[in-house]
Amino acid sequence: MSTFLQSLLIAMRALRVNKMRALLTMLGIIIGIAAVIAMVAIGAGASKMISDQISSIGSNLLLVLPGSITSGGMRSGSGSTQTLTYDDAKAIKAECPSVAEVAPTVRGSGQVVYGNQNWSTALNGVTPEMLTVRDWPVVSGRNITQSDVDGATKNCLIGQTVADNLFGAADPVGKIIRVKKIPFTVIGLLGRKGQSPQGQDQDDVVYVPLRTAQRKLLGSQFPNVVGAMMVQAKSAEVLKKAEEEVTALLNQRHRVGPSRDADYTVRNLSEILAVAEQSSKVMSMLLGAVASISLVVGGIGIMNIMLVSVTERTREIGIRIAIGAKRRDILLQFLTEAVLLTTCGGIIGMLLGVIGARVVAELVGWPTLISVNTIVVAFAFSAGVGVFFGFYPARKAASLNPIEALRYE
Amino acid sequence: MGEVVRLQEVAKVYTMGEERVEAMKGVSFTVDSGEFVAIMGASGSGKSTCMNILGCLDVPSRGSYHLDGVNVGELSSNQLAEIRNKKLGFVFQGFNLLARTTARENVELPLVYGQVPAAQRRSRAMEALERVGLAGRESHYSNQLSGGQQQRVAIARALVNEPSIILADEPTGNLDSKTTVEILNIFQELNAQGITIIMVTHEPEVAEFTGRHIIFRDGLVLSDTPHAAKPAAAPQAGQP
Repeated sequence: MSTFLQSLLIAMRALRVNKMRALLTMLGIIIGIAAVIAMVAIGAGASKMISDQISSIGSNLLLVLPGSITSGGMRSGSGSTQTLTYDDAKAIKAECPSVAEVAPTVRGSGQVVYGNQNWSTALNGVTPEMLTVRDWPVVSGRNITQSDVDGATKNCLIGQTVADNLFGAADPVGKIIRVKKIPFTVIGLLGRKGQSPQGQDQDDVVYVPLRTAQRKLLGSQFPNVVGAMMVQAKSAEVLKKAEEEVTALLNQRHRVGPSRDADYTVRNLSEILAVAEQSSKVMSMLLGAVASISLVVGGIGIMNIMLVSVTERTREIGIRIAIGAKRRDILLQFLTEAVLLTTCGGIIGMLLGVIGARVVAELVGWPTLISVNTIVVAFAFSAGVGVFFGFYPARKAASLNPIEALRYE
Repeated sequence: MGEVVRLQEVAKVYTMGEERVEAMKGVSFTVDSGEFVAIMGASGSGKSTCMNILGCLDVPSRGSYHLDGVNVGELSSNQLAEIRNKKLGFVFQGFNLLARTTARENVELPLVYGQVPAAQRRSRAMEALERVGLAGRESHYSNQLSGGQQQRVAIARALVNEPSIILADEPTGNLDSKTTVEILNIFQELNAQGITIIMVTHEPEVAEFTGRHIIFRDGLVLSDTPHAAKPAAAPQAGQP
């Protein structure tokens, strides 16, 4: 230990003597580490932004859509039939153990009017579970309740975009708006959700109780029909199981068998998330790889300068050996010097990298994520570069012939 | 007093490219503890090679070298380093102090490699500097000292581990005649305190100060004669 401390002191002195040279040598490592930290931070930030956007739909979700039917040899597209009912939704909730919530919905659109303002928006009939499933808070007022649904009340929730267009900055809760000319009371304002991964404005929506939509707003030939169901599994682990349970139940309820095609489809939304996360992970690994090339270049710079330094100090090495330094002592001395250079560079680079990532975050508006992991790995890596590129010059110093070294001019 | 150095038929052969150079061709002599020996000879006579072997910087091609009864030829490079550190002290013609380092730190250097604790290093270094008359100069950097002072620092460095022998290779070669006498007086004083000194020189005036002359020629010992050492001329070695 004291040998190591001694080498550290000697190394620090040697670097102090040549401050400018030490700084320039470090610069390679500084740039390398800073680039790695900044790139990884930006990559991780971008990846988080994508996954946030995707999970804004809700987490652990299955989407159940009505399927296509064949009538007279013509197959119509997915979602074109009206085969799913509110009773299907209730049955899934009651009978599938891996399912946490089911949110059936009917969709439509129409004009909403308040005072002299009007706005065309999406009109969705929902049950109270919709906000749970989509992890969407009410920021003012209250959610739709089951009695709103059962009683088909003329209450509604509005999204931020609708509120902005009809009310400006005023509080919409308690106001009466006309939805397709029918007066509704605004009972709650939804929080801001932002864009969906497809670029749709998720806040441009009016939610009304499911039965109200079915009976009064979006009239259909079968009053109990729902347009889609969002099914939330209890956890990510049982998502696959929930999918199987839902399929089995619907097959049974809709009498799907060899002679009858399924009249619905189940989509797993997590798969989209997994693909997106995979691609952004590849992206940030690529960025990291490019940045670490500069780190290797920095390491070569260290090796170069250490070789020069060994040559310059040949006589000093000779004196030390004559006085009783072992080969190991000399090796350790020069290795310590190289590692000191790279770790100092590493620390400065880390600071610059963190600052750089912050600046990018400010300028471009991307989030950046700096994990403790990245910093620890970068530090260890810079020390590793020192050992790797310092070893050859140090070994060269340790294997000098003392007689020739003492004569060296 | 006991025998410190025993060389028996020591030969050293170098190969330089195609050429074989026989620097020493079979040299035998012994040195007893407390002697002050001058090794003399023209350049190329093998005296420097002999010094390197005595200093454990090189090993004999043939023959044997016993230092304090230990056969040096059988030791590993780490054990040789240990011997250089504990049993030998070097004084070179070119002083060979570390640049940008204070006198005290230069003297401490052998103790650093001998794993001596810092506090003890400091006090022993100060003591050694006092013995060569440099008390008060311990925090001067080596480039702030005159040649004579630098050589005294080097002597203090050689002394600090209380070695069996001090090996001096042309220690006065870079000094003027007045300083030469001062340095030789220091050697004489140290010798009077019982320290064994072997000094390589080609100047007869310098050899006058020693008690024995071993003269080399063509890799062999030409003569080995006792000599009445010239008494110290300068009043006191400690004076600047």
